[in-house]
Amino acid sequence: MIRALLCLFAMAIPLQAQEPVSPTGETIVAGLSQNLVSITTNFTGSEILIYGAIKREQPIPNDSDLEVIATIQGPSGPLTVRRKERRFGVWMNVDAVTISRAPSFYAIASSAPLAQALSETDNLRYQVTIPRAIRAIGTAAEAADAPVFLESLIRLRTESHDYVLDESSVKLLESTLFRADVALPANLTEGEYRVRLFITRNGVVIDKHEESITVNKDGLERWIYNLAHEHSLLYGLLALFLAVTAGWGASAAFGLLRR
Amino acid sequence: MQLYLPIAELSVNALALLGLGGIVGVLSGMFGVGGGFIITPLLFFMGIPPAVAVATGANLVVASSVSGVLAQLKRKAVDFRMGMTLMLGGLIGSGIGIWVFAWLTTLGQIDLFVQLSYVLFLGVVGAMMFKESLGALLRARKPGGPIRRSHVHYSVHKLPFKMKFRASGLYISVIPPMMAGAAVGFLSAIMGVGGGFIMVPVMIYLLGMPTKVVVGTSLLQIIFVSAFTTVMHAVSSQTVDMVLALLLIIGGVIGAQIGSKIGLMLRAEQLRILLALMVLAVCLRIGLGLLLTPDELYSIAPGRLP
Repeated sequence: MIRALLCLFAMAIPLQAQEPVSPTGETIVAGLSQNLVSITTNFTGSEILIYGAIKREQPIPNDSDLEVIATIQGPSGPLTVRRKERRFGVWMNVDAVTISRAPSFYAIASSAPLAQALSETDNLRYQVTIPRAIRAIGTAAEAADAPVFLESLIRLRTESHDYVLDESSVKLLESTLFRADVALPANLTEGEYRVRLFITRNGVVIDKHEESITVNKDGLERWIYNLAHEHSLLYGLLALFLAVTAGWGASAAFGLLRR
Repeated sequence: MQLYLPIAELSVNALALLGLGGIVGVLSGMFGVGGGFIITPLLFFMGIPPAVAVATGANLVVASSVSGVLAQLKRKAVDFRMGMTLMLGGLIGSGIGIWVFAWLTTLGQIDLFVQLSYVLFLGVVGAMMFKESLGALLRARKPGGPIRRSHVHYSVHKLPFKMKFRASGLYISVIPPMMAGAAVGFLSAIMGVGGGFIMVPVMIYLLGMPTKVVVGTSLLQIIFVSAFTTVMHAVSSQTVDMVLALLLIIGGVIGAQIGSKIGLMLRAEQLRILLALMVLAVCLRIGLGLLLTPDELYSIAPGRLP
């Protein structure tokens, strides 16, 4: 019996790395206020509402607190972080470190301070916190103080509100209903935004849920962007045509005014 | 009124951009310069990525130069043959400039190079213009000073491939105009400026062209070079932002007319001194940025190191 259980447990471990097994039988049911964000000419950012409930067949366990963590992650890509130094009297970029993957946008909201809501082990496993969401491998070879570059990346992106850590902003009612409001800034990059929800007890993830938001340029923005990238020669000529017409038009219009 | 720029990928205040275009338009109307040397640094300060600012600046220069050259054409103050010679050199210089721009961008030194170019050229041109116009102002007060000869023969007149430039009344080698054109084309690609502030002194002092055809001819060649630069930037790096350009152009066109009214109220020497002081102020502002310890030492750029 014990052996059979151990066997089952051993089989459960590789599974657990992918999907958490809820020991309390609690699972997430969740939705988003919108799955599509359109960037149009008057786009000034967007508010995403993540809402949901905890589904359970048993009474609420009261030996530990249930916490909810929500993350939104923008498209990732490689980055170069540069540092200025004084050379020959002027400040110029000297050292640089390549970050292999960093999200263009990352927001975390949680129902309690993260140190309390999430254990370091599960943070490593699910890559929840901002430093964990950035993959910086092999940076030590590029500069002696590579971690400083990573810290600066996080600091700069936090200052520009591209990386947001909003602890205790998830509203959780009766350990069952929750909602999180996340603001997407105006300078969004296009692509798939991954939304992840975790529920934890004692810092251990007991269930997770994923959704995605598509961010697209729309209307005139879409048209201009596509033209610039797919028919760049035509776009350049069109830009010229506009400039020449505007210049000629201005001269003609004011010529008429003067008469 | 916030407006999302499709290429710069950020949201900016449309009225601020119209105002910015307007201010530059006033200056260009007052002084007869394209205004690129002011607009591009101002766009940097507004947070527009440097690559977009430079490419869009070139597009803006096309509009203001077309408007300017049409006014000069009515006065028959354009030397087409000289313009074409300068343009030929300009296209070569612009091509090289775009290549250098792309290369320095991958090295991460483009900002430094652009800023150094600004400090150097604005400093030299501003100082020269200030000295010359101050002298002119003092001479105007004290009549009887020495008169400049219209035809001074420098060593540039000894070069081969001579050609007649009828509208300018010159018979000189095509090499100096081509070289001057190439230098300005290079700057146009790197700095996003038309290069009028360099072209005009070169034409007057180096080529010995009569002042009346200088502005029109310089504008003519600037149209072609900045048009070429715009298309090249659009093709090679997709950094021309049409929405941004259009806003600046609208503001600039209105500002230019106001500027030319103000310009009529001031005397030529006073105008030149004001322009010189402004050029020097922009130069000082950028220069200080290089010398003083910056607030932020770190910067982020997309992509890997080459």
